[in-house]
Amino acid sequence: MTNNGSLTRYAPSVIGWIVLVSLPEWINAVGYTDLGSRVVILGLAAMALNFLLGHTGVLSFGHAAYFGLGAYGAGLTLRYLAPSTGLAILVGTGIGTFAAMLIGPLIIRLRGVYFAMVTIAFGQIFYFIAFRWNTVTGGDDGLTNWTRQPINLGFATIDLKDPVAFYYLTLVVFAVATAIMAKLLASPFGRSLLAIRENERRALFLGIPVNLRIWLSWTVSCGFVSIAGAMYALLNNFVDPRALHWSQSGTFVIMAVLGGMRSFWGPLIGSAIYVVLQDYLSSRTSNWMSLVGLVFVLVVLFFPRGVLGMLGRRSAT
Amino acid sequence: MTLLKVENLTKRFGSLIAVADVSMVVEPGEIRAVIGPNGAGKTTFFNMISGFLTPSTGRILFDGKDISRVPASQRVKIGMARTFQITEVFPELTVRDNLQIAVEASAGYGLSVILNEEAREEVHADVSELLELSGLTDRADRLVGELSHGDQRTAEIMMALALKPRLLLLDEPTAGMGDQETFDIAKLIRKLHRQQNLSIVLIEHDMRIVFNLADRIMVLAEGRMLAEGTPKDIAANEAVQKAYLGTAG
Ligand SMILES: Nc1ncnc2c1ncn2[C@@H]1O[C@H](COP(=O)(O)OP(=O)(O)O)[C@@H](O)[C@H]1O
Ligand SMILES: [Mg+2]
Repeated sequence: MTNNGSLTRYAPSVIGWIVLVSLPEWINAVGYTDLGSRVVILGLAAMALNFLLGHTGVLSFGHAAYFGLGAYGAGLTLRYLAPSTGLAILVGTGIGTFAAMLIGPLIIRLRGVYFAMVTIAFGQIFYFIAFRWNTVTGGDDGLTNWTRQPINLGFATIDLKDPVAFYYLTLVVFAVATAIMAKLLASPFGRSLLAIRENERRALFLGIPVNLRIWLSWTVSCGFVSIAGAMYALLNNFVDPRALHWSQSGTFVIMAVLGGMRSFWGPLIGSAIYVVLQDYLSSRTSNWMSLVGLVFVLVVLFFPRGVLGMLGRRSAT
Repeated sequence: MTLLKVENLTKRFGSLIAVADVSMVVEPGEIRAVIGPNGAGKTTFFNMISGFLTPSTGRILFDGKDISRVPASQRVKIGMARTFQITEVFPELTVRDNLQIAVEASAGYGLSVILNEEAREEVHADVSELLELSGLTDRADRLVGELSHGDQRTAEIMMALALKPRLLLLDEPTAGMGDQETFDIAKLIRKLHRQQNLSIVLIEHDMRIVFNLADRIMVLAEGRMLAEGTPKDIAANEAVQKAYLGTAG
């Protein structure tokens, strides 16, 4: 690699982090810090989905189930268990990951659209449980009467009521989660997942136990999506069954495809585009979803590798 | 000791009998060619040996052990590797990554997230050696999907070789290639065979390759074994001439 090569390689990441870290400085003027948190949290969810979709080649349409379990896990912890934000994140992540681990063996033999359909089916089961179990989850009205609590670090207490403080907590969680995912993908384990994406038959005849690896990738992917779910509940101080709905899964898929499934950061860009479009359009027209759909179709038609995929191509040539 | 022993292998697809009662013995270090017209059952025969299909009846012994029901990925671990009639590689990854994945799979690192320095260097050295052997070093950082057909084939063979197999199964390694590429692949197979102490079973249509490389030849036609013997025997065999050599060329 030449100096110039590594410069163009790292520059986008460096710029990206500078933008993220400085975001409250320039976005706060408009009072939009929570929007930034949304971009980062949903971006994490989309990147987690993309661990499975873009880097293992398996399409799930049921990731909202684990996103929602993370959200309810966090909300229920704060509502019923203990006034601890840290515990809420841990419990939410634990529940989502554990559920994915258990469901995994039932679905990893399926491929393509069959896999996607069955992930939807499992997701809808959780949706209806949250919807029906009024006394605990609040049903259709959502889980209310709780708020995120200050985090006590021993030497200092962080008051998360402040949107900027919460944004930075979100960013720390995001940084740790994406660092772990990046590390996994750059390892022999990660390469064996790429192998499955590229050519399952070849992978099998290299002695890679394909179904077992898909199960691991699925569990990792759902684990990080449930962290995002927990953070999402904390952001809103609220959860409702829509967090579990298959259309939420669809949103993650759209974000990943918009930004670029083949690039690590693509889904974050997809999330930014989606969230900003939604925020801008939904205050002007109730038909905002069809406009987002239009953008999606245009990107798929003209930049099949997503926005980042296209930029990557340009700078590579 | 015999490396591979196939006993009375049969595969039915519904009413079609693709492979009918075929037996074969392959000794260590042997190169065996399997020839026969299209649809003779050659690929199906390979698929059963490598574990891609389960035989309807019959047994497969590797190193004297019955492996008829052993899953494909497990057969790789005991020393069997294969290539496919239609090249199966990781097209959107570089040649280096293709080989590295194979080397890491073979070394059992597939679950590792962190490799120590020594292991990493070993993987690197193995990949470099495979690149060197195949002559693909100067294309190591190109995507395999962008290489010529012949180079993709070479990459696939090297991936199989990365598994350090004792038995290498090659399904039509020169299919769809020009004369020069065919010649290069034949040379590569010869070289690997000499250096790695391998047994090779290859399905091949190009008779120049078959007669040049094979120690023994088995002829299949309509799922049955028509003949078996040295290249000389086969060339002189009248049934084979009628069924195959004369027509297919
Ligand atoms: N999976 C399958 N299902 C049904 N029929 C098959 C299958 N695989 C192969 N066949 C049939 O078995 C016969 C032998 O095919 P194959 O082994 O591919 O022959 P060859 O490799 O000698 O050209 C053909 O008639 C083919 O159509
Ligand atoms: Mg064939």
